[in-house]
Amino acid sequence: MSTIVSLPDQATAKLPRKSYLNEEYGIKSWLLTGDHKRIAMLYLMSITFFFVIGGMLAGLIRLELLTPPSDLMATDTYNKVFSMHGIIMIFLFLVPSVPATIGNFLIPLMVGAKDLAFPKINLLSWYLYVIGGIIILAAMVLGGVDTGWTFTTPLSTHYLNTHVVTAAMGIFFAGFSSIFTGLNFIVTVHRMRCPGMTWFRLPLFVWGHYATSIIMILGTPVLAITLVLVALERTINIGVFDPTKGGDPLLFQHLFWFYSHPAVYIMILPGMAVISEVISTFSRKRVFGYTAVAFSSVAIAVFGFLVWEHHMFIMGVSQYSALVFSLLTMLVAVPSAIKIFNWSMTLYKGSITFETPMLYAFGFIGLFTIGGLTGIFLATLGMDIHLTETYFIVAHFHFVMVGGMLMAYLAGIHFWWPKMTGRMYPEGISKVSAIVTFIGFIVTFFPQFLLGYLGMPRRYAAYPPDFQVLNVFSTAGASILGIGYLLPMLYLPWSLIYGKIAGNNPWQATGLEWQIQSPPLTENFTEIPVMDHEAYDYEWLANKTQHEVQTVG
Amino acid sequence: MLPGGVDPHAHPAFLRHHFESVAQQREAASFGMWVFLLTEIMFFGGMFAAYLIFRNWYHPAFVAGSNTLDITLGTTNTAVLIFSSFTMAMAVYSAEMRRKGQLILFLLCTIVLGLVFLGIKGVEWHEKYVEHHVPGMGFSIQDFVHPTNPKAIPLAPDMAEKTQIYFSLYFAMTGMHALHMVIGVSLLFFLVALASRGAYTEGHIMPIENFGLYWHFVDIIWIFLFPLLYLISRYR
Repeated sequence: MSTIVSLPDQATAKLPRKSYLNEEYGIKSWLLTGDHKRIAMLYLMSITFFFVIGGMLAGLIRLELLTPPSDLMATDTYNKVFSMHGIIMIFLFLVPSVPATIGNFLIPLMVGAKDLAFPKINLLSWYLYVIGGIIILAAMVLGGVDTGWTFTTPLSTHYLNTHVVTAAMGIFFAGFSSIFTGLNFIVTVHRMRCPGMTWFRLPLFVWGHYATSIIMILGTPVLAITLVLVALERTINIGVFDPTKGGDPLLFQHLFWFYSHPAVYIMILPGMAVISEVISTFSRKRVFGYTAVAFSSVAIAVFGFLVWEHHMFIMGVSQYSALVFSLLTMLVAVPSAIKIFNWSMTLYKGSITFETPMLYAFGFIGLFTIGGLTGIFLATLGMDIHLTETYFIVAHFHFVMVGGMLMAYLAGIHFWWPKMTGRMYPEGISKVSAIVTFIGFIVTFFPQFLLGYLGMPRRYAAYPPDFQVLNVFSTAGASILGIGYLLPMLYLPWSLIYGKIAGNNPWQATGLEWQIQSPPLTENFTEIPVMDHEAYDYEWLANKTQHEVQTVG
Repeated sequence: MLPGGVDPHAHPAFLRHHFESVAQQREAASFGMWVFLLTEIMFFGGMFAAYLIFRNWYHPAFVAGSNTLDITLGTTNTAVLIFSSFTMAMAVYSAEMRRKGQLILFLLCTIVLGLVFLGIKGVEWHEKYVEHHVPGMGFSIQDFVHPTNPKAIPLAPDMAEKTQIYFSLYFAMTGMHALHMVIGVSLLFFLVALASRGAYTEGHIMPIENFGLYWHFVDIIWIFLFPLLYLISRYR
């Protein structure tokens, strides 16, 4: 049963006199802050910056593919453009997107703590991210990298003379930034929960981030050492991956994908964490099967470490191990399906409203499901041989990453925007942009499934003229998608000044973060809260609001 | 103020504002360090995995490579490092007992032992360089195809080439370990400076304790590296 909750009258809401935004002024108070909310804002700005660069590179790729010959840029320029698009979008946008911004802002609020366990390490992780980002940009400006984001050996170690070492160093820094974020989250969830906040009263957002953090701390160091070995191979010619010295290029693939496959769950689990909150809030119902959803996050993190070889089915791995990895890969579909079904059950008989975050969440569920199901195609050994290295793969992971994670990111940004800034985003235009994003996305990436199935290989600047119609569709869709992403970048800053005052709890959500003023105080809570009810308890909220006199400021 | 002049809100200066109690802060810091060491294990784990695979493939080359290492220096270094772990443990104990002089003394001992280790390591690396056993820097398989030691079994040239993998891993692993030592020794200088101002003998021993964990971790990595790199089929 869902509980009927009436939304509060925002006409009477006022901005609080004191908050984390006006506690201190000046650039130094931001750059040297230990406050997780301010660091989240720093992340939000830097991530948006890198997203714009990565997006422009994507635009260049789509422009090049508008016509069959490689006429816009030289083929090796094209290689550099898609490599940088991948590197920037994965390491500088997708991996930190939700955890470092929304997660950083919310996890202490949700567990009832004053800050993350290690505020200085949190700030350090932002600096490492920025340093990594600058190094990667430097690699791009100095001439780029054309290995693809995968740095495949021996291509990256022996056959290219581009800035592989520089880019690898940038990723190394960004990687440690993500390790420190994960470490902070794990310690915070273990040691900083407020009285009464048991593990099974934690919002699912926290569970999702906990699972993500496990992958971050266990997977990322392996990528770091792998990139170090690649860099050593290029600079001082050690031979771990060099067949002429007895090394094994396939070992690089194993080590790389040992991180990079779990990394795709770093990129999706926080998105799922956001969706759990949004779906529950806008159907005014407890998430169906809370425990199952919580454990499915952990299950995804665990299974995620056991499937890396499915990236290597056509690279000469043993057939028997391929069989095992194919089976394990299909197993990951189970916890993902648990989530999708439980969200659908949450919607069932809920009092659903269609605010912008909910629109994005619906987009997420639809697109992620398509992305996930096409993953099963690719896990099937026979199909994979036909489909791998084609646009089918490109479409598959863009459905999960862009259709899934980016939708979830935007859902989260809109959902918690009132909490972060104290002001509402403009509802009308943001709904339009959610719909535009969805349409643009489908038009961009659905044709790529067809292209891949017809055999168009990825990573080429030119293609046979038969494929042009679908590619024109895709490029047209990309321009619609671009508008969909541009709109929030315009109206969200606008709303900082002109948006309606949000009040404490504009969505009538149950999380601890909604029970305090927006934007919150620097110390989050005036007194440490005591959790005396389950997560997503709308009855409790209804009783609370009945007996409470609203005070603001 | 409570009767008797006790302020219920009084707390030690080292308690950070976002923690509820000293115990919570200490637990968080200690837990954080263990989690960090977990990431460190994974960091070295990549190289250990590579070692395992290549050692299985090229066992004769690994034996030959291992036998060229100086076992006396290696054993000395192991002893030095284990002893430095002891001095570090004693430093933690002195901090707990709030003995400032003793703490500084043991930290300085740890620094000296750490530097001795790095010095010996440097000598060993230089030896390898002189013998043309550094991959990518004038590497020569001569010593393995025509060994000067009469007891050593000569390798076929293609297997002798594989000693490069052994030495690649040797330099990568000991190099990464030495880097951790350099970081550790640098941190020790800071700890000595702060300890001499009495920072860790007033009940706030967390930094010393955590650094101790790090130092022991680096020690343990070496305890694994020593047999894996130096002691392959030494009995011949």
